[in-house]
Amino acid sequence: MTKSELIEVIAREQGHLAYRDIELAVKCMLEQMSQALATGERIEIRGFGSFSLHYRPPRQGRNPKTGESVALSGKHVPHFKPGKELRERVNGAFEERLLK
Amino acid sequence: MALTKAEMAERLFDELGLNKREAKEMVEMFFEKIRAALEEGSQVKLSGFGNFDLREKKERPGRNPKTGEEIPITARRVVTFRPGQKLKARVEAYAGSEQ
Repeated sequence: MTKSELIEVIAREQGHLAYRDIELAVKCMLEQMSQALATGERIEIRGFGSFSLHYRPPRQGRNPKTGESVALSGKHVPHFKPGKELRERVNGAFEERLLK
Repeated sequence: MALTKAEMAERLFDELGLNKREAKEMVEMFFEKIRAALEEGSQVKLSGFGNFDLREKKERPGRNPKTGEEIPITARRVVTFRPGQKLKARVEAYAGSEQ
């Protein structure tokens, strides 16, 4: 499912809202989430999961083309931990299929 | 402080003029539709943000950390998140605490 498919799925159930408003809402939510992470804030959505930053310390890297050693500075990377409901639903559907 | 659904609904109310109930429903539905797609076995790709992928794990040996007893960890399907280039670049620039 892509972002535009997600917008369509929501639009089908929110018939009273203009398609354009749903598109703006989805973009607004993703921007707010990105902005939170970009400023070091966690995101906690019960039943879905939490997003946080993990720190990667500085290290010596290598230019794969030249083999030259380069110093890479420390950085933060986004990390997602699925919540209980998401974990159970995703795995429940999978287990049901295994049992068939 | 962490970003929550309540704050996301507040933003939709402030910026898009949805009423409080519509804003709350929109946030709820946004996460529910992503969960439903993953439950059905579909990957979710949100350009600029990242992809939610599904991975199937085989059964592997495990241990009860309290009793030391060996119990297999059953085969399962799990969700992983791969941040997109744009999000990675924005987060990399964050110079906060090295936690």
